[in-house]
Amino acid sequence: MPKLGLDIDQYLRTEVLPTVWCPGCGNGNIVEGIGTAFQRIGLDPEKVVVVGGIGCSGRTPFYVRTNAMHTTHGRALAYATGLKMANPELTVVVTMGDGDALAIGGNHFIHAARRNVDLTAIVYNNGIYGMTGGQGAPTTPVGSRTTTSLLGAVERTFDTVELALAAGASYVARTTTFDMQEIPLRIEEALRHKGFSLVEVLTQCPTYYGRLNRIGDPSDMLIWERDHTADEPVTLLSREEMVGPLRTGVFRNEEDPEYIEVYREMCAAQGGSYAAG
Amino acid sequence: MATATKTSTNGKDTRRLIMGNEAVALGAIAAGCDFYAGYPITPATEILEEMARVLPRRGGVFLQMEDELSAMAAIIGAAWGGATAMTATSGPGFSLMQENLGYAAITQTPCVIVDSQRGGPSTGLPTLPSQGDAMQARFGTHGDRPALVITASSVKGCYDATVLSFKLAKRHRMPVVLLLDAVISHMREPVEIPPPPPPPVRSFPKLAEGDPRFGDAPFVPFGYGPITVVTGLSHGGDGLAETRGGVQTEAMIINSISKLDQDPEIRAEWTGDYRLDDAEVAIVAYGITARAAREAVDQLRERGVAAGLLDLRILWPFAEERLREVAAKSKTIVVPELNLGQMVMPVRAAVEGAAKVHQLNRADGTLLTPEDIAAFAISVQGGQGA
Repeated sequence: MPKLGLDIDQYLRTEVLPTVWCPGCGNGNIVEGIGTAFQRIGLDPEKVVVVGGIGCSGRTPFYVRTNAMHTTHGRALAYATGLKMANPELTVVVTMGDGDALAIGGNHFIHAARRNVDLTAIVYNNGIYGMTGGQGAPTTPVGSRTTTSLLGAVERTFDTVELALAAGASYVARTTTFDMQEIPLRIEEALRHKGFSLVEVLTQCPTYYGRLNRIGDPSDMLIWERDHTADEPVTLLSREEMVGPLRTGVFRNEEDPEYIEVYREMCAAQGGSYAAG
Repeated sequence: MATATKTSTNGKDTRRLIMGNEAVALGAIAAGCDFYAGYPITPATEILEEMARVLPRRGGVFLQMEDELSAMAAIIGAAWGGATAMTATSGPGFSLMQENLGYAAITQTPCVIVDSQRGGPSTGLPTLPSQGDAMQARFGTHGDRPALVITASSVKGCYDATVLSFKLAKRHRMPVVLLLDAVISHMREPVEIPPPPPPPVRSFPKLAEGDPRFGDAPFVPFGYGPITVVTGLSHGGDGLAETRGGVQTEAMIINSISKLDQDPEIRAEWTGDYRLDDAEVAIVAYGITARAAREAVDQLRERGVAAGLLDLRILWPFAEERLREVAAKSKTIVVPELNLGQMVMPVRAAVEGAAKVHQLNRADGTLLTPEDIAAFAISVQGGQGA
């Protein structure tokens, strides 16, 4: 297989490169973060499944050299829940876009957070539907231009972190592609966390979001990310405070009862031996 | 049909009086099912409840999901996690499952979906019986795919059909739909059910890294062999997307379809014949309607009409050859259904004018009785069919 010369080559399916992603897209940085986190933990690729939904981010499973499950639009977390419950020895990572996770998959997102099965969900938030050509998403900032909101988005913006916290996620973090060093750190924490963990990564879509909103080239978008975020993981902001920078960091990291562990005890109490086969 | 009374050594009747839905759950356990994900819906809920009760004590997984979209997704995920997985629903939920049913088809994932039909469309008639999903079970998801749809017309039939569904799902590595209805699901009959086997032990064929994962390849879940790529995109044997035309996918689907027609067990179970050998009037029916039609055959025979029944026990693939054989002998075919005319379409197509085909339909949530069917058969015999 071709080598990129990166120290995470073993976790990249290099023969299928180049990716479908546009030049300047931030998704490659997130894949690098995933590979780096896998390497730091030393995961066996045969015991890992990367589950993706549909959209740009959903293609991630093709590029990570582990088991891969590229599912249907919005349903990745539901597939992952069944998969993890059927074989809890597998490490299951779910990659979704903002539209995938929060629009069409919004219901599965809140219920996965509530259920607290040991899954690592990574939401690539570029604020727009990239693969279909730049339509508005639930995460599109109010006033931003998309091909379906040419005069500026009217609908209010979903806050992925607040949503995950309200739904009961036991690990919640947000970072950006500007903070590249932080991506693998957060993913590693999420992987080591027992329970449903969410890492949201703000990522740039220069082709659609950047162009339609005249932000500039990919590096300008990274600067935009830097200038519109603040590394202060505070939540439950007032309406006035919410117009300020988007907060990043680790918002919650608690050892809540994990579904599989509780289920295992429940089976044992009735004489059943869960995941014995 | 109710089995003959079986007695244990102490002379007691060992049959159990159970409903169709319980028989489905027992059949699933007998077939090694160790994973159930579902969402409550009448008239399928007892399957969900029974699996919730039984699976944890066997170390299996029971999951109540947030909707039927996720229930279907979860059983596919579970199959790829190594489980023998199923779900059960009714029309509204079955509609939601179509999306991921297509994913199960293109990814060749073995799993079983029970659809206990009720009147539709939409919320329709909760919870009166219907056979309105016969075509949806075949063509409900977008695109072309092989389909295996099995029916039952008794409580013991529910048990046997469930066992058969799992067997065929594994052999052909595809989703199998068990099509019941509100009456079959809730009807109680005394049946002899063997004790459940111990929980299944998972074992899968060995794969080497370069071996194909799809097409004729065996199903090997994640973690039981070298890394595997699964996608709903058109793909080749290696699982990687083929984006410039679906040549390999088309070939795999055609291959799967033709393999179903050749399966000796499908051929053996395809139809159930009743007094068909010398029949001048053949009633072609399935599910609860086949049960009524069987009684109608006896009534017609008593009245001097040589009638017989062809019970479509496996609805899809359609028993086309068998229909042609029947049409060669019985010049009148009657197709009673609890819908406005669904399976009559492939019947007509198969018969190609060799017999007159008459349809008897009802979609108001009321069963067709043996008397309805017998009277209709008499009225059309020798009359004009289409």
